[in-house]
Amino acid sequence: MTVHTGYLWIVLGMGLVTYLPRWFPLFFLARRNLPQWLIEWLDLIPAAILSALLVPELITVGTPRHLVLWRPELWVALPTFIFALKTKSLGGTVVVGMVLFWAVQKVM
Amino acid sequence: MKRNKMVSDSPKNRQNVKTSILQGLGAAWPICLGYIPIGLAFGVLAQKAGLNPFQIMLMSILVFAGSAQFIAVSMLSAGAGAAAIIVTTFAVNLRHFLMSSSLAVFLGDTTRKKLSLFAYGVTDESFAVNHARFSQKTWGVDPALVVNHTANIAWVASTLMGGYSGRFFPEGAFGIDYALTAMFICLLIFQLKGRIYVLTAIISGLAAAVLSLMISGSSYIVLASIFAATTVLGIKKWSQ
Repeated sequence: MTVHTGYLWIVLGMGLVTYLPRWFPLFFLARRNLPQWLIEWLDLIPAAILSALLVPELITVGTPRHLVLWRPELWVALPTFIFALKTKSLGGTVVVGMVLFWAVQKVM
Repeated sequence: MKRNKMVSDSPKNRQNVKTSILQGLGAAWPICLGYIPIGLAFGVLAQKAGLNPFQIMLMSILVFAGSAQFIAVSMLSAGAGAAAIIVTTFAVNLRHFLMSSSLAVFLGDTTRKKLSLFAYGVTDESFAVNHARFSQKTWGVDPALVVNHTANIAWVASTLMGGYSGRFFPEGAFGIDYALTAMFICLLIFQLKGRIYVLTAIISGLAAAVLSLMISGSSYIVLASIFAATTVLGIKKWSQ
């Protein structure tokens, strides 16, 4: 593969288009008074994004994605979810999830 | 030994810096743990695509976005052009716009210089960890910056390690591939602070699952999130 000076420009371009969406709202919104509806809308965004990242990860695989309900990622998610709900411990949940996933993969 | 100097200003500052670093590290370690297998996998893939360790490190430092880097490397080895790769990267990472907007609410007292530095490290993971702590009012921009940069170091180091020697690491050891998924599960629970948040998560999760099956790429994340937040806010306003 030929990646010489072209590679540098690609990576610089990638860096720029990744940084700008991260930077723009912080730079222009943080020090400003936002309308109440926007604050309420933004307050819902984390729950929405986390769920949108997580659910397809648990129940779909492949490119293009297709639905697979009975996979270890999903089985392990249920006890992990309950553990997180009961303990509210981030580190503990990560360790428990890893151990369960590892155990399920050993069994299968 | 330095106990007596606590009265003057500079050791006090040093104490604050130390507290921020310790708090930040305490919050960042699950992210770092999760980045190791993904970073190694990326390094191995990038090396197979013909990138040398320096080029791998350069991408991890300049871009610092897992999924976009994976896609870029596979596009590079498929012979895609610069414009296509950069446009795809932009589309994949546009979701950070929503995350930064959501974090901006908590950073009103922060200087623009610090905001610009903080922006560099906004990823899915650092966003979720920092947002959970900001909304508990136990967080400041300094420990949040420590989280971002610790995660960044872990990412750069593990991708570099993958580029050098990833083939020698056992795959799937100790269930480490599940670290980030478990972390997102717990972070989602932190966000379920009431009925409207649960409703938002359900709508967004379902919408994301359906959209991810229908459209290729990762635009389903942004589309489902905007759809869910807007729908729930609409219901909330309408029922008031």
